[in-house]
Amino acid sequence: MTTLLEVDRISVRYGNLVALRDVSLTVAEGEVVCIIGPNGAGKSTTLAAIAGGVTPFSGDIRLQGESILGRQPEQIARLGLSLVPEGRHVFGTLTVEENLKIGGFVQGDRSTARADLDRMFTLFPRLAERRTMPAGRLSGGEQQMLVVARAVMTRPRLLLVDEPSLGLAPRIVDQIYEMLLDLRQRANLTLLINEQSSNRILKHADRIYVLRGARIQLEGTAAELQDGEAIRSAYFGFEDGATAKAEIPA
Amino acid sequence: MIQFIQNLIDAVALGSIYALVALGVGLLFGILRLINFAHGDYITIGAYALIVPSADVTARLLIGDWPWPVLIPTICLIVVIAALLTDAAVFRPLRRATSPTLMIASFAVSYIIQNGVLMAYGSRPKSVDLWSGANSQVFIGDLRVPMLQLITLAVTLVLMVAVTLFLRRTSYGIQMRAAAEDFRMAQYLGVRGNVVIGIAFALSGILAGVVSLLYTTQSGSLSHVMGVPLALFAFVAVVVGGMGSLVGAVVGGFVIGITVTMLQAYLPPDLRAFRDAFAFAFVILVLLVRPAGIIPSRSTFERV
Repeated sequence: MTTLLEVDRISVRYGNLVALRDVSLTVAEGEVVCIIGPNGAGKSTTLAAIAGGVTPFSGDIRLQGESILGRQPEQIARLGLSLVPEGRHVFGTLTVEENLKIGGFVQGDRSTARADLDRMFTLFPRLAERRTMPAGRLSGGEQQMLVVARAVMTRPRLLLVDEPSLGLAPRIVDQIYEMLLDLRQRANLTLLINEQSSNRILKHADRIYVLRGARIQLEGTAAELQDGEAIRSAYFGFEDGATAKAEIPA
Repeated sequence: MIQFIQNLIDAVALGSIYALVALGVGLLFGILRLINFAHGDYITIGAYALIVPSADVTARLLIGDWPWPVLIPTICLIVVIAALLTDAAVFRPLRRATSPTLMIASFAVSYIIQNGVLMAYGSRPKSVDLWSGANSQVFIGDLRVPMLQLITLAVTLVLMVAVTLFLRRTSYGIQMRAAAEDFRMAQYLGVRGNVVIGIAFALSGILAGVVSLLYTTQSGSLSHVMGVPLALFAFVAVVVGGMGSLVGAVVGGFVIGITVTMLQAYLPPDLRAFRDAFAFAFVILVLLVRPAGIIPSRSTFERV
């Protein structure tokens, strides 16, 4: 497998606060990679740094071997990397269709964009029914569906998804994951997903990183981490042998 | 009754000028969170571009003498270039700055333009005779309506429809609306920030160019501070209408224009000198009742 994304010891600071310290990770073509960690661990900052939203003060980020450090988010988007930030950033006053079209403008070719738009509406009949509705009036689950579909409209090779399950009912979260994995097949996507909880992730991810306190604490394949004990220790920062009674939020 | 309708037509004509200025200010505010006080000075630039640069009191027309199908696009182009230059020289280096910083920078731009005009053309107001034929009057029943007011109304209508169509139907229009709502998210989707901001400056330049022609035709005089009251009233219009809402800016423009004209017509003569104080008192009243403006923008709330 060829490496698509390499994050090489990046550190990010917000004022005096260090948000990331020497964080490294790799994502290979076709993989589903997950970063899990508690609130405030630096998961969102990691994805924002990759997508160009914040600039690390040290380290390097390479997409297909080429450094993308310090580039504008719009340039990185045009290289085939799309970020779905947490909190469902739909353009609320734009219609569902206009939201999707924004994603289509990037790849430049009008007829491809039109075909992609039709394809999204076939894949997501619920969005098709609401195509002329302002996106702000969709339900939370529909908005999450829309932002993922919109990101896929840019025809990314690598899709970063920040906490897709945040604030959604478990049933809806299952649908969102089904949709992500389905899109992965259809659109040849590579996925890098942030989550706070691990159970769902263990089912779907190929590899997992645990991030806590601005550092990567643990990495491994889903198979290696199957029993969840190692993840729990890394997640809560227990020393070896400590009883890990605390539960990772479902 | 006739008198009232006459006043109303005056009011709507002035309101549409303010609405055009407010729309220009509102477009930039929506996307850049910049309250551009230099917008009035773009209007000044458009007006002075009509005449030969000299310090003489009576101005000789230069571009102002050209036939209108050439004149209008030329003036608009000059103002658009001026607007884009201010972006490139001042606002682009300040992209990461906060809203108040941008606003203060726009005051600086405003002073630089005013003093530039002052150096090139002198400080005394100049009289110009642009399309004076447009000041003739048409009779509609018992009403005497200046031709220019009808033109102003028609032009305002056409420009508003054009801006609306641009924002709704074109790819750049949709990108601009997206960027106005959530700039960073639009960038994550590949929308080129500087391009949409450039388009916003260009649009606001076109609007300023048209206003400079309407205003100069009506007033028949030029001064290096002629744009200042326009920008001030437009700013008030944007606040009254609802910051961040374009419809609000237009509505605010009409509200301010109509208020000012009606106060001028119906205040007791002794109080007319304080017309603007009454107008602003009215603005305060509106804001007491609706603090977010007449048409509050959704994005200012959702951003929290």
